[in-house]
Amino acid sequence: MAYFDAASTEPLHPQAREALIAALDVGWADPARLYGSARRARMLLEQARTEVAEALGVRADEVSFTSSGTQAVHLGVLGTLRGRHRAGRRLVTSAVEHSCVLHAAGIHERDGGSVETVGVGITGAVDPAVFGEAVRAEGTALACLQSANHEVGTLQPVAEVAAACAEAGVPLLVDAAQTAGRMPLPPGWSVLAASAHKWGGPAGVGVLVVRKGTRWRTPLPEDDRERRRVPGFENVPEIVAAAAALRATVAESVMESARLSALVDRVRTEVPRLVPDVEVIGDPIVRAPHIVTFSCLYVEGEALLTELDKAGFSVSSGSSCTASTLRPSHVLEAMGVLTHGNVRVSLPRGTSATDVDRFLTFLPDAVRRIREEAGVKL
Amino acid sequence: MTSGQATPAGAAQPPALTIDALGKKCPIPIIMLAAQINDVPRNGIVAVLADDPAAVTDIPAWCRLKSHHHVGSHELPERGWAIHVRRNY
Repeated sequence: MAYFDAASTEPLHPQAREALIAALDVGWADPARLYGSARRARMLLEQARTEVAEALGVRADEVSFTSSGTQAVHLGVLGTLRGRHRAGRRLVTSAVEHSCVLHAAGIHERDGGSVETVGVGITGAVDPAVFGEAVRAEGTALACLQSANHEVGTLQPVAEVAAACAEAGVPLLVDAAQTAGRMPLPPGWSVLAASAHKWGGPAGVGVLVVRKGTRWRTPLPEDDRERRRVPGFENVPEIVAAAAALRATVAESVMESARLSALVDRVRTEVPRLVPDVEVIGDPIVRAPHIVTFSCLYVEGEALLTELDKAGFSVSSGSSCTASTLRPSHVLEAMGVLTHGNVRVSLPRGTSATDVDRFLTFLPDAVRRIREEAGVKL
Repeated sequence: MTSGQATPAGAAQPPALTIDALGKKCPIPIIMLAAQINDVPRNGIVAVLADDPAAVTDIPAWCRLKSHHHVGSHELPERGWAIHVRRNY
């Protein structure tokens, strides 16, 4: 078994597991109450907040916990638009954001706002000059840009875009789901969203950071939880586990990200050497450490995933036949690269070089078999 | 979904071959195109009719990888697209 789908979810970090089990016993009470067990839960919650803030380089009172990364994005996008409605109703985003950003943008549009989508080049990155131009247009309330693309791993020019946003007085929301914990955050953003299960925490915890001085108003009915930013009872044990995972992942990331990045380089070099008619996509250098994506000409993505699964390799694909929508990935479409025969390999912590080599040995035969069955002559 | 990067020569030039890939899912339209591109003379046009939206991205991407020329894509009146490719070699 080789699990190569860390970009979907990273296996639970052992330290998160340990923290979760301990916190289930002592952190179950309502952190908003005043008795002993409640105070313990509150202390655990605030300790977790401090740890997450330190790991992300922000203040603890800027951090709120949500029920997912998606919810953090939804609240970040819609709440900032709401807080900035006097500045205008224009939202600028890239064409390759995660669907949760695009869905929030869709709600904004339905409610009478406008959305400007900035296209990308063949590596999947936006041109910071073009993005900056879009941000400077009259009435821009918010700009959204991911730290790294979730399907192809390409890093976005966040620091340059943030500088353009600062100059225009427009807050920038960064969706850091793919890089938080794995690499340092780029500077200059106003709002940040991330997801604990992508860094080895449990599912069901997201992080929303709203920097001081950023106008934000909740788009949801309010209560007193999470400084009125996220309604509903906090999941203290999982938040504690999420913080433990983040601290551990950040501590390991200097070594581990470099190691995984070298394995990704190996895949990037070897796949086109071993398999004819393959395109490795995304930026070869300016990329997240753990993601590599390639498309095999004349191969049905689902058939290849099935073959790989049978051999014990868990990978994902942006090909339409593997998606519920029967549409190709909007990311691959926006990049103008092959959408069929697409395989995303994303390496979790601890991936062994042996497993990567086994994958590289198995892949060429699998592709050849599928092509032969489809009657393809190269 | 319609990209009209029509070249003066390509826009006017009628296809020498039309491949009907309507109702076929990618990669089948691209497999059909690859198998038949050499049936037209060099600089000849192949029109691929397809209704899998993936073809609109994948045929131009195939042209880029194989150094053929994507002349343009036009929406068909009923459903799908006609995607014109010029054989370069």
